Amino acid sequence: MSRIQLIAEQAKHNNAKLLIPYTVAGDPNIATSLSLMHELVAQGADIIELGIPFSDPSSDGPVIQRGVERALSKKTNLTEVFGLALAFRRQNKHTPIVLMGYLNPIEIMGYEKFANEMVAAGVDGVLIVDMPPAESEKLSGLLAERDIDLIFLVAPTTTPCRSKEIVQCTTGYLYYVSLKGVTGAALTDFDSVTKNITKLRELSDLPIVIGFGIKDADSARAMAELSDGIVIGSALVEKIAQLGDQESHEKSRISQTCEVIGLARQALNDIK
Amino acid sequence: MSNNESTDPEFGKHESSNMEFKGPDSSGHFGPYGGIFVGETLIAAVEELAEVYDRLSKESGFWRELDSDLAHYVGRPSPLYFAERLTEVGAGANIYLKREDLNHTGAHKINNTIGQALLAKHMGKTRIIAETGAGQHGVASATVAARLGLECCVYMGADDIIRQAPNVYRMKLLGAHVVSVESGSRTLKDAMNEALRDWATNVDNTYYIIGTVAGPHPYPQLVRDFQCVIGREAKGQSIAQTGRLPDALVACVGGGSNAIGLFHPFLEDESVTMYGVEAGGNGLDTPEHAAPLCAGKPGVLHGNRTYLMTDEGGQIMETHSISAGLDYPGVGPEHSWLKDLKRVKYVAATDKEALSAFHDLTELEGIIPALESSHAVAYGMQLAKEMKRGQNIIINLSGRGDKDIETVARLEGIKL
Repeated sequence: MSRIQLIAEQAKHNNAKLLIPYTVAGDPNIATSLSLMHELVAQGADIIELGIPFSDPSSDGPVIQRGVERALSKKTNLTEVFGLALAFRRQNKHTPIVLMGYLNPIEIMGYEKFANEMVAAGVDGVLIVDMPPAESEKLSGLLAERDIDLIFLVAPTTTPCRSKEIVQCTTGYLYYVSLKGVTGAALTDFDSVTKNITKLRELSDLPIVIGFGIKDADSARAMAELSDGIVIGSALVEKIAQLGDQESHEKSRISQTCEVIGLARQALNDIK
Repeated sequence: MSNNESTDPEFGKHESSNMEFKGPDSSGHFGPYGGIFVGETLIAAVEELAEVYDRLSKESGFWRELDSDLAHYVGRPSPLYFAERLTEVGAGANIYLKREDLNHTGAHKINNTIGQALLAKHMGKTRIIAETGAGQHGVASATVAARLGLECCVYMGADDIIRQAPNVYRMKLLGAHVVSVESGSRTLKDAMNEALRDWATNVDNTYYIIGTVAGPHPYPQLVRDFQCVIGREAKGQSIAQTGRLPDALVACVGGGSNAIGLFHPFLEDESVTMYGVEAGGNGLDTPEHAAPLCAGKPGVLHGNRTYLMTDEGGQIMETHSISAGLDYPGVGPEHSWLKDLKRVKYVAATDKEALSAFHDLTELEGIIPALESSHAVAYGMQLAKEMKRGQNIIINLSGRGDKDIETVARLEGIKL
């Protein structure tokens, strides 16, 4: 059983919801990212999604774009992302790390090397925004051989026939995109989310988490009630933007930055 | 007129190789290139477009409607012009110019936007978005949107807005909303990112007119099909004027839509050599160029796998070219395939060479070429010198240079 599956099983057993913060690796620098990751766990994160910086993040809204630009200004490439993951893993053996990003850096590194580096750095899963299942066969095989989960998105525009295909290719958890748009946009159409999650449930036993547009404890709670967990990205990255780019920060500043996750944890724990 | 297609002995000779250059396959690939690499939200939209295009492109009525627009609105066919004085300078092959600069709005871009506007209309979309670099595609999109009464939003890099002010004003006159893109390198690639974000947000009512033969399938295919009118006309005109096929074709390549439009109808004619001319900027031995086929490597950007300007970490590099229309780090996937198959030779002309060709054509033939097209003219003139007298070259004059006179004046220290 993979680390992700183990955490998901535990949550299910405890009737708890998964809380998954997203942060851009190297935003504002690698040392601060590492402190943030540990603090996120301390405030109740179950899984950490670590963004791979890419120069052309065409599915992301302005907040995450700026986070990516901050990371790239420090030359954070895949190699540095793996270094960060490994540093985290040395101190934390149980919290799964999922990389999230775009395909080009992975293509340029080479699929095989990428898969091996994932194992070496103790990374548990990957979500590649611009790699749909139809283009994933080769990488998917390499990851499966290494017990690494490959996570795909399901969107409000995904047809039922396509959902079936996606469900078959996905391991770990399904990531439902709550809205038509980019990360950090405003979430408005709760009815469509409810309807689509119900349909997905009929297709799969995988845990379903909801992301895009979850900003605070209230929206976290509302979305978690419909699913097995939630992803918070832009709302956290917006706080990180307020940190300076110095290598070390006071403990209280790091803890304040991650407060949005702590509050979401409380809201999720209140769900009966 | 001594010959035509059916009596030309070259025709039909190479039928056995006819399948070699057929693309894309059913999943949108040209060999290892192309495909569909977009976020999940957009998959349904590109699949719907592929389905609609597949259906409409089999209907003769669709092409009749398009041909009528091309004749009466765009002003086609565009002439194939024998450039006598330019030919004399090289003292080699005869140089013919395919005059896409004479199209309505001043470039080949309108061939594509007219076609895609028809698709948008058939799909019942009420809003059009486009990305633009030099502004030519933005103007061509705003033009068709005005004609069909559709809302139009054009994304343009903040730096390009400054470089191409007259085109920005033209788009506004045509009723388009021009959005300045401040992210990333503030040029064409970033405008394309922003257009993709808009499309994901407004996917229900919006049609995205991509301006070149790149993007996710079916764009590389349908943009090519709409641009192939260039090559089909050129083929007939060459046979009518010279009695045979040309010996060589030359076109500039940014994304590569004018080049593929000229080349594609000749791909199976083995006697025709083809040259795609990329933007060599300050030279291929510097990082300041926009020549992914000459100096890049395969990767994935903007929906397709293709040759890119990418660094060792997989980040897309900032490009440089004197011409905003060639200032793009990728290229259409079919060109990547044709490069690997060695069917087309990809070369580069530097800023300096393009600028010099800009003046040559203006002074010798009275035709002011776009800086993009000047790259093709530069290489074509050099090629003509190396070829024999009596051989024929067609250079695609993809656009006119009115939009560039300020840039040229500025570069040469002249105050207008």
